[in-house]
Amino acid sequence: MEKKIRVLVAKAGLDGHDRGAKVVASFFRDAGFEVIYSGLRQTPQMIVDTALQEDVDVIAISILSGAHMMVFPKILELMKKNNMNDVLLTGGGIMSEDDIKKLEELGTGRLFGPGSSLKEAVEYIRDWYRKNKKIPNEE
Amino acid sequence: MDQKAYKRWQEEVKKAKTRDAKFITASGNPVELMGIPDMLEDFDYDRDLGMPGQFPFTRGVHANMYRGRLWTMRQFAGFGSPEDTNARFKYLLENGQTGLSVAFDLPTLMGRDSDDPWSEGEVGICGVSVSSLRDMEILFDGIPLDKVSTSMTINSPAIILLAFYVAVAEKQGVSPEQLRGTVQNDILKEYIAQKEYIFPPNPSMRIIVDMIEYCTEKMPLWNTISISGYHIREAGSTALQELAFTLADGFAYIEAALERGLDIDEFAPRLSFFFNSHNDFFEEVAKFRAARRIYAKRMRDKYGAKKERSWILRFHTQTAGCTLTAQQPENNIVRVAYQALAAVFGGTQSLHTNSMDETLALPSEKAVKIALRTQQILAYETGVPHTIDPFGGSYFMEDLTNKMEQGAEEYFQKIDDLGGVIPAIEKGFFQKEIAQAAYRYQVEIENGDRYIVGVNAFKEKNEKIEIPLLQVSPEVEKRQVERLKALKRERDNTKVNSLLKELRQAAVENKNLMPVIVECAKAYATVGEMVNTLKEVFGEYRESADF
Repeated sequence: MEKKIRVLVAKAGLDGHDRGAKVVASFFRDAGFEVIYSGLRQTPQMIVDTALQEDVDVIAISILSGAHMMVFPKILELMKKNNMNDVLLTGGGIMSEDDIKKLEELGTGRLFGPGSSLKEAVEYIRDWYRKNKKIPNEE
Repeated sequence: MDQKAYKRWQEEVKKAKTRDAKFITASGNPVELMGIPDMLEDFDYDRDLGMPGQFPFTRGVHANMYRGRLWTMRQFAGFGSPEDTNARFKYLLENGQTGLSVAFDLPTLMGRDSDDPWSEGEVGICGVSVSSLRDMEILFDGIPLDKVSTSMTINSPAIILLAFYVAVAEKQGVSPEQLRGTVQNDILKEYIAQKEYIFPPNPSMRIIVDMIEYCTEKMPLWNTISISGYHIREAGSTALQELAFTLADGFAYIEAALERGLDIDEFAPRLSFFFNSHNDFFEEVAKFRAARRIYAKRMRDKYGAKKERSWILRFHTQTAGCTLTAQQPENNIVRVAYQALAAVFGGTQSLHTNSMDETLALPSEKAVKIALRTQQILAYETGVPHTIDPFGGSYFMEDLTNKMEQGAEEYFQKIDDLGGVIPAIEKGFFQKEIAQAAYRYQVEIENGDRYIVGVNAFKEKNEKIEIPLLQVSPEVEKRQVERLKALKRERDNTKVNSLLKELRQAAVENKNLMPVIVECAKAYATVGEMVNTLKEVFGEYRESADF
């Protein structure tokens, strides 16, 4: 059986705006990924715990509330603590180019601001998977 | 209609070259090439439109509409500390804004104090932080509450923020019956779309009816709910879903208040609505017109309201935040202007125009001023407000309005079949409908079936997005937490504790919660303390994580 890329789509913090998360989750599913959606109101700890339990390849955070400068660094820290070196942390939402640059420098994967293409995000994840996981037997 | 000419026209249309484009509305419905008289075979002017200010109010709610009074220009504002937002309010009032509208931060919206662990990183970020009456006093410092009208976008803890407002007014020597404004207080759309719920639906509905009861008696000028389609649309619904789900919510509140034994003609005049104005110009105008007609008919014929005032659907409009683009952000000024124009053709009572920088941050002072000026140009330069409902009688517009009404009636039937709004929420009906519409819209953009200028068409090569953005300093959170700690030391804690016990008791005994919450507010009990007390009695709502 082919191995599918497993992605956790997660909403962090108090933010209840889930349009983006749901659209992305559906798009990833239709692109052939195995998608787990966290639902609302997750702490960084809860997200990392789910990622470990579900053995995901990718954590994709959707955020609108402006709390991204707190959320991403905390998740990164917890990922390091748990030796999740082979898991990609990516995400998208209402983030300025400056903030995105700062977070990517801290060690997140590519982050997607408003108006980003979903196809590009899918390509990015597939590409990352090919380069970082053993066999590119997806597709 | 000359059938020969019509046939010939149809033939010519068939032969004519057509652009390679999809002629569908923003909601994905096919658009008629042109309106023709045959579309309105059953049209009856008096029954379907009537005079403005008269049943069924299709053309508007006032006899002379904007010649009497322009719509209220009301820019939603709130960020950082209460001091920051107080300064923004004063700036907007100085620039000719005519009403205030408060945006609270996520902790406040979720009933959490600024020192709650869940609030970390979110204090003052997407609105102003208010944890106690102390913050509210600063927020309205120097603003005479007997002169301005204030709209507060607050839902789950609306009863608490309204109590704060009443308490601040009292300190200014202004009595509750003088206060003008609105609390959004629309919990149903929280379960459906925006997801800032705290308690389960039934106790939430009870709190809302408590407020309606209290305001009907003590605050006759206050709008008790702003039944909101805005967030439903922003979550990705179609125009028709926005219309149908919002009106269904409205009818659910009315039925809940009737069950309490309240008189419809006492409370209905204080209900108001809040709609989105999206990109598709005609569809939006039709939506606003249909909303008034559906509401008037139901209020008179189904609920038996006697007063004309109870039949009137009054609404606030905000332009569609979700249509703005981070790319070439100045283009957003133009989008907002068209959307504002649709709202005015639709007969809105008040309007918020979005700022061009809102895809990235809360608006800067300059951006918000341009947004306000957009409304002022529309009001004073275009001549649009001089006449009433200029699309009235247009074959195309009347047909579209009829289709909106029919489509909404079909949705009402579906919701009834599911057992009403709350059972439909619990079954995830609205949530699924909206998610599917949002997905379809996004896929249309991805596939190039729908163009967004600057995003998938007319892109700038290597665009660097450079507009000044409003930054909220992390210092705000520190200062808010310190202020809250000081407050908790200084206030009379014995009194606070005994009042919180009384609040718990009132919740258990099904007493109206508003009077005791006003007392708690005056004693400086915090939002978090009151909400946690109520959580002990009512529990918390969770939704399943479907997509």
